[in-house]
Amino acid sequence: MVPRFWRKIKYRYEILTSFCENCGNHYYPQREICPKCRREGVLKEEKVCDYGKVLSYTVVNGRTIALVEFDNGAKMLAEVCGKVEIGKKVRKAFRKYGEDGDFGIIYYGTKFIPIEEQN
Amino acid sequence: MRVAIIGVGCTEFGELWDKSFRSIFLNAGLSALEDAEIRGKEVEAIYIGNMSGGKFIDQEHIAALIVDHAGLAEFGIPAIRIENADASGGSAFRQAYMAVASGIHEIVIAAGIEKVTDANDPMEILSTAVDQEWEKFVGANLPAIYAIIARLHMHRFGTNEEDLAMIAVKNHRNAVHNPKAQFRKEINLEDVMRSSYIAEPLKVLDCAPLCDGASAVILANEEVAKKICDTPIYIEACTQASDYFSIQNRKDITTLQAVVIASKEAYKIAGVEAKNVDVAEVHDSFTISELLAYEDLGFAKKGEGKKLIREGETEIGGKIPVNTSGGLKACGHAVGATGIRQIVDLVIQLRGEAGKRQVNAERALALNLGGSGATAVVSILSR
Repeated sequence: MVPRFWRKIKYRYEILTSFCENCGNHYYPQREICPKCRREGVLKEEKVCDYGKVLSYTVVNGRTIALVEFDNGAKMLAEVCGKVEIGKKVRKAFRKYGEDGDFGIIYYGTKFIPIEEQN
Repeated sequence: MRVAIIGVGCTEFGELWDKSFRSIFLNAGLSALEDAEIRGKEVEAIYIGNMSGGKFIDQEHIAALIVDHAGLAEFGIPAIRIENADASGGSAFRQAYMAVASGIHEIVIAAGIEKVTDANDPMEILSTAVDQEWEKFVGANLPAIYAIIARLHMHRFGTNEEDLAMIAVKNHRNAVHNPKAQFRKEINLEDVMRSSYIAEPLKVLDCAPLCDGASAVILANEEVAKKICDTPIYIEACTQASDYFSIQNRKDITTLQAVVIASKEAYKIAGVEAKNVDVAEVHDSFTISELLAYEDLGFAKKGEGKKLIREGETEIGGKIPVNTSGGLKACGHAVGATGIRQIVDLVIQLRGEAGKRQVNAERALALNLGGSGATAVVSILSR
């Protein structure tokens, strides 16, 4: 499983969407072909701003997993550290997801942290 | 060419500890042959829905294995296993249907089987139906994904946890009279509401239990069917559609678009509308999936599925009875067998053999889903 994780590291440590210059849509995770334009599409990797809001969420196995929506319309499933509700603003954080036993690799990735709105 | 179902068979669904994968299949296949009153060697091809022989019992190449164990290797009957997660059964049914409709085969078997209790963690295996790299990696298993859908549906349309609980209660009530169901036991609203959360807002009793089981149906073209069967049930349409694999890419996660597309196509082919369906078996892997089915199949407008359950319209005796068998919730969800089990139950209804579960029905619909709805198979049957 090491290469399977390793070759995605770039996309796990940063939030990169595929932006199609032809139709203007953003996709997460990254794609190799635009589902709207297919071969006419021109995909470019784009870094998403580090903030999003919770579209929906659940708590499973003691962890909060949310569907986070970005301003550009892309959505991302990720763990949220802390309590959330629908509409809550969150920011990106670099966190550990798991590890492969005591001697295996550590799986890091993107999680989110709820942010309190300024009054 | 019109295609008819001329025989059906199904094992009990449940924890079949003393029965092996191959013997479960044999039981369902033989019952279907007996029901059709044919010997077996007339069968020209076998289509078997099975999600994961590899992960559940460490066995691949199961189609040929089953042909051998069923004593059909002697005739060299071709067989193929079809995998579409828990829509494997429905997908196998569609392949079998197309084989007969095209005129290539006259008589075929469509079957489904899963042996889950030999594996350590069946729900983890079922969860391989979601994206392992971008859903499962972050901790979103199948219940979690349906829970995220349910939460947004509740927020947007005012559906509540009791609405979902009522679906579980209804399906358990129906299963009491189904001799093949895993849980022939009524539960009440409080039982569901008090059960612990699996993935908030979904609780233990919102989730269909995974179990062992096999089911089989025998299809024949109209001409053959009329010769050898007194009560052929016709397949008016059998359609399939796909959606974006992960909820991250779906425009609106409260709609299962594959269900909308497949059902519209099926209604068009059959020349009917949603209101002409008299009884339905839908894929209630979670109670929210049944509620979404009410809306996406067109039985209710988007957001109004809750009214059907609140007003009892999907109960036996209601306007559109849903899951008179008990559904996946109370029959048990034997993964690859479920899509065929739904067809078996609808055939029993259309023949008028459903006993205390019987409803007055001319036309029936089945909806079988794969994973979180990236695959949907819709079948419309009639007398």
